[in-house]
Amino acid sequence: MTDPTPRDHLVSALVRDEPRVLTRITSLFGRRGYNIKSLSVGSTEHPGVSRMTFVVTGDRGVVEQAMRQLEKLHDVINIIDHSLEKYVDRELVLVKVAITPESRVEVRQIAEDFRARIVDVGRHALTFEVTGDEGKITAFIEQMRPFGILETMRTGRVALTRGSNADIPTHVYHAGETQALKPAVEGVEPREERARGVPNLF
Amino acid sequence: MTQGEMTGAKALWATLVGHGIHTVFGYPGGAIMPVYDALTFYPEVRHILTRHEQGAVHAAEGWAKATGEIGVCLATSGPGATNLVTGLADAMMDSVPILAITGNVARHLMGTDAFQEADITGITLPITKHNYVVREVEELPRILAEAIRIARSGRPGPVLVDIPKDIQLAPYSGDIPVPHARPEAPAPAPEAIERARELLRNANKPVIIVGGGSLDAAAEITALARAWQIPVITTLMGLGAFPASDPLWLGMPGMHGSVAANRAISEADVLLGIGLRFDDRVTGRVSGFAPNAAIIHVELDAAEIGKIVRTHVPVRGDAAAAARLLSEGAQRRDRPEWHAQLARWQARTQKPDRWGAAYAVQAVTERLRPDDILASDVGQHQMLAAQLARFERPRRWLNSGGLGTMGFGFPAAIGAALAEPGVRSVVIAGDGGFQMTAQELATLKKYDIRNVKICIINNAYLGMVRQWQELFHERRYSEVWLGDSNPDFLKLADAYGVPGYRADSAEHLPGAIDAWLADPKSALLEVVVPHEHGVFPMVPAGAALSEMIEQEPARSIPGNERNPTAEEAKGA
Repeated sequence: MTDPTPRDHLVSALVRDEPRVLTRITSLFGRRGYNIKSLSVGSTEHPGVSRMTFVVTGDRGVVEQAMRQLEKLHDVINIIDHSLEKYVDRELVLVKVAITPESRVEVRQIAEDFRARIVDVGRHALTFEVTGDEGKITAFIEQMRPFGILETMRTGRVALTRGSNADIPTHVYHAGETQALKPAVEGVEPREERARGVPNLF
Repeated sequence: MTQGEMTGAKALWATLVGHGIHTVFGYPGGAIMPVYDALTFYPEVRHILTRHEQGAVHAAEGWAKATGEIGVCLATSGPGATNLVTGLADAMMDSVPILAITGNVARHLMGTDAFQEADITGITLPITKHNYVVREVEELPRILAEAIRIARSGRPGPVLVDIPKDIQLAPYSGDIPVPHARPEAPAPAPEAIERARELLRNANKPVIIVGGGSLDAAAEITALARAWQIPVITTLMGLGAFPASDPLWLGMPGMHGSVAANRAISEADVLLGIGLRFDDRVTGRVSGFAPNAAIIHVELDAAEIGKIVRTHVPVRGDAAAAARLLSEGAQRRDRPEWHAQLARWQARTQKPDRWGAAYAVQAVTERLRPDDILASDVGQHQMLAAQLARFERPRRWLNSGGLGTMGFGFPAAIGAALAEPGVRSVVIAGDGGFQMTAQELATLKKYDIRNVKICIINNAYLGMVRQWQELFHERRYSEVWLGDSNPDFLKLADAYGVPGYRADSAEHLPGAIDAWLADPKSALLEVVVPHEHGVFPMVPAGAALSEMIEQEPARSIPGNERNPTAEEAKGA
């Protein structure tokens, strides 16, 4: 019924922007033994609502269980399993590559092909900024590896569902009050319960 | 402070009163003093002073389990707050609606390791349904109202609200919130109900298994089982959700379940589970659990569906609504072979005839009236009570199922006794667990509580641990002997003004029970039983239900005939 192969699952959670929410979520993951491979958190267009995107590794059953446990948390407004829909995702990475007078030109050329920007120039190293999906970033790092990667920092993936619907429901509980949210785009109704990422078995 | 000035602390009481909460259990301390001061302005609130915060939270649990309403407890910061931890974890595991209110140091001291400061919200993060630190006095009443809603709604659970001392003292000028309406549970999907009906219709060996999430659906489940003529198993937490006097009742499943219940699960072709979470003590080895059955799982908490056992038909929603829908269109079908088989298994239930703990528990539980509350502590006596007591209605059985908290039974019985003063609240405890909260005898005395009847089954051992050491550690009894240091329980009770009775043989037991129950006050009965009796049937941990040991193995019998001396017990 469910896919038993462990895979990376890209999931977004919209959460109330309150102290300890991140702890609540990561401690839930930790206690139940789900490993978070990457995690990005940022604010949204709605005050009081933050968006987290994380990559969890596991089989379908493990990920579904993780999401259902997450859904139970009072601070979690909505969960979106991106594998169920079309989405765009991006990751930003800073890569510091060792250079020699001989390799300098070649390294710059590869970076240009990847549309990577140079953000720091040193005598023995160049630091690049690359944005893209996971495949592009991995490919860039693999291309640079032979020259000597000194350091990398990846932000973790961020994702949004394609299309014009917003993932934030019209009503969000915030500090005890139900707040009606304005539609993100005029004329497009934010979805209420639809985007609940947990497949509806019921 | 005068009557007129509204403060955070007063707003707290006003909010609780507005929510119909008139009894709270607690223990004062430095960081909650403004709340206790404000209490003096609210005579309509009854505060029960326990002798330990753990007593307060278990009493609140007992209140909640008996009534189905929220139980409230109060503690100060630091050690007071951390003493609630066991009870909160207990309430989380057993889905008990609890509001725990803790004081904390003033905001400007938070995070400075101030005197009696503990990060109680951090500590209780994984063992509460939700928790709060109140950061502005304006938020306090609203947060309390929300906490109460969260604790009671959906799958109930404990919610903690931590209030810095300066917020308790701060003037409050806002409104006092009115209770949130309890949100309605989701209605089961019609397709799921139809698929479940189809399975039940074609079943040859169907069984219904109900858990603690079914207690408020007892009437609907009873009607459902009778309409389809399907036998019912009640888990430890579900005891009372189906009347024990009904011939369709097969008993309790799992580690100390009945032969009939465990065999029925192992043989069933359709298993309808309602409001349960398939705890490992119920399933035994999961791969051997109901190996032939298509499983229908009715459950409010989506995360429980498919968590442990594979589910063929998930039905998410309210237990009562699902049972009502499943009753409609019920087709009563005779399954003479299945019922004959079940009857043969049921006949294997043994009535304890040899003097011992089981005999004593049987004698006590036989005397219970249908309205009586039976609270148990944790251990052998708990399993014996669960096996032997006959519950006709829900919310009469209080015990710590998920966490297995020793010390739970007695304070829980006090909570229930205060909730239902006209009802007898009987506690069955062991000599070990009783001593974990024995100081709550003071609570009986302080409030002259008259309807708590404590029965201590004294085998001078940590009996369940001893049983495991006997069966699985070749009788190497390690640190389980209490006989050399137990108090004289009657003298202990007497010290708190609680009358005591004792029986040490089958001949003396009936007279002692009569006198104990007839006593106009709360009273304690100590039953001294042989040291080495075990609880059977038993499914060893990690085994399948079909691998149940039905009777006490012969090799353990010799030790039962006499009580070892303290030296023997220590040296064994």
